[in-house]
Amino acid sequence: MRIVVCVKQVPDPNAGVARIDPGTKRLVRDGVPNILDPGVEVALEAALQLAEAGGDNTVTALAMGPESATEALRRALAMGAHEAALVTDPGLAGSDTLGTARALAAAIKQVGFDLVVCATESTDGYSGMVPGMVAELLGVPHLSFIRQLSATGDAITAQRVTAHGYQTLRCALPALVAIASGSHEPRYPALRGIMAAKRKQIATYDLAALGLGAADAGEAGARERVLALQPAEQRSAGAVIEDDGTAAARIADFLQQRGVL
Amino acid sequence: MWVYGESRDGQPTPVTLELVSQASASGDATVVFLGAGAAGAAAVAGEYGAAHALVDENPVYDQYLALPAVDALASLVAARQPDLLLFATTYDSRDVASRLAARLGCGVVSNATGIEAVDGGYRVLTPWGSETVAVCEVTGGGTAIVLARPKAFTATHTGGSCAVEQFTGQPGAGAQAVQIVETVEEVAEGPSLADAKVVVSGGRGLGKPENFTLIEELADLLGGATGATRAVVDAGWRPYAEQVGQTGVTVKPDVYLAWGISGAIQHLAGMKNAKAIVAVNRDPDAPLLRNADLGVVGDALKILPQLIDEVKRRRNG
Repeated sequence: MRIVVCVKQVPDPNAGVARIDPGTKRLVRDGVPNILDPGVEVALEAALQLAEAGGDNTVTALAMGPESATEALRRALAMGAHEAALVTDPGLAGSDTLGTARALAAAIKQVGFDLVVCATESTDGYSGMVPGMVAELLGVPHLSFIRQLSATGDAITAQRVTAHGYQTLRCALPALVAIASGSHEPRYPALRGIMAAKRKQIATYDLAALGLGAADAGEAGARERVLALQPAEQRSAGAVIEDDGTAAARIADFLQQRGVL
Repeated sequence: MWVYGESRDGQPTPVTLELVSQASASGDATVVFLGAGAAGAAAVAGEYGAAHALVDENPVYDQYLALPAVDALASLVAARQPDLLLFATTYDSRDVASRLAARLGCGVVSNATGIEAVDGGYRVLTPWGSETVAVCEVTGGGTAIVLARPKAFTATHTGGSCAVEQFTGQPGAGAQAVQIVETVEEVAEGPSLADAKVVVSGGRGLGKPENFTLIEELADLLGGATGATRAVVDAGWRPYAEQVGQTGVTVKPDVYLAWGISGAIQHLAGMKNAKAIVAVNRDPDAPLLRNADLGVVGDALKILPQLIDEVKRRRNG
């Protein structure tokens, strides 16, 4: 089975507050440490476990982004992905979700796949739109919010998280699954994996190689236009106190004022 | 403006009614319900401002994931061309909206928290980063798809009624690709996180998963629900069902108590409309402290047991 995992490099969500450049109206990525999206690590773990469960399987990590996104791909290789590919082109900057999905879907077709595995959403953009869009463009079904996944022959069975519990789903391959965050514990790359990852070739695709034009992706193809940025509505600032040993009593007072204690 | 409605046991979900009320504020609102109980749900939506409803009670929508709904909506939208189709940011609606957008080539705005009608179009507000809100428009004509956050709008009972039109969605054979074999309800103890009056949440600042027993104890004492950040859910400390934030649950309790939570946008999106916020964090620069009605710079693990004792004492006193 050929498994393609969609990989994204994101500013480290634990490194501080995400900021938007008022000029470009894009996320500031400079000066912020970039990492493999933690949600993607969970999805990759699910893919690796599926691949290791038996059969002749390959796992390809596929990213779209600037050249520096190869770092995220190396991390994916170190975790155990067999191959990696990068979609990179200056014309992709400013892509909206559909432009991103077009580029990824075109690359996935070129790599070849039986199963595409994504995170439910990225940790920086968190629209959650790309997996469903990629599946639609590939003409395959997609199974979202999956916390448990198994394959038998050319079909998959999956458990999908719902607002009230879960559903069991069955679907023939080829298909796309989006893995729920927290559902699998990502492995830590072993030193041997890290060394091997450094030597692996990473295939690259630009827009021309994918047969895409300027209107398909990038800023020119984007349909969502930001007219203005305004400060987020701040809650009226309350009191901030240093704990001097009385904080618990102060909180209890507050809970009583609010009628919940 | 159209709304893609979700229903459960023949009743519109709360977020569906929020969207219907919002849509009706800027003109004629049409709501689409698919599957069992669609007509009953439509009648209720009428009481919240919907002028028209399109319903198809074909059971196929409940037996197969997303694709039958995408087929039905794609033909409806192509034939009737609404300006804007509004979805909730929920598990099921995201699946349908994303595929529909790709199939029809629609512009999409996600995570909307505001929509205003301007001449000939709409402007949509959506949070970008932790400190800014983007005012967006969808360019290029055609139907725009907007996904809105739960609890961003208020459901208003107008007592009206809507004209219900039955239609036949005719999902294709290919739409029966993902079979729903079984649906299991997992009933949690205590109040549901989404509806609880008090939510007690923990983040990475609690250090290790075992310390969440303190969160559970305090939530129990206050008759509240326990919540968690995406970071601790990602780390496997807490179940996904407890995740408060962008994905996961949006809460609006009377009091939200945040312990060891810095306040990433992912988390703020799910709780900053709480009526009151108490936040305890060691880092005085944590964004959540700035959003709190009572912010405490201190050690959550020291203050939590003290507060538990204090609550017990005042209860018994």
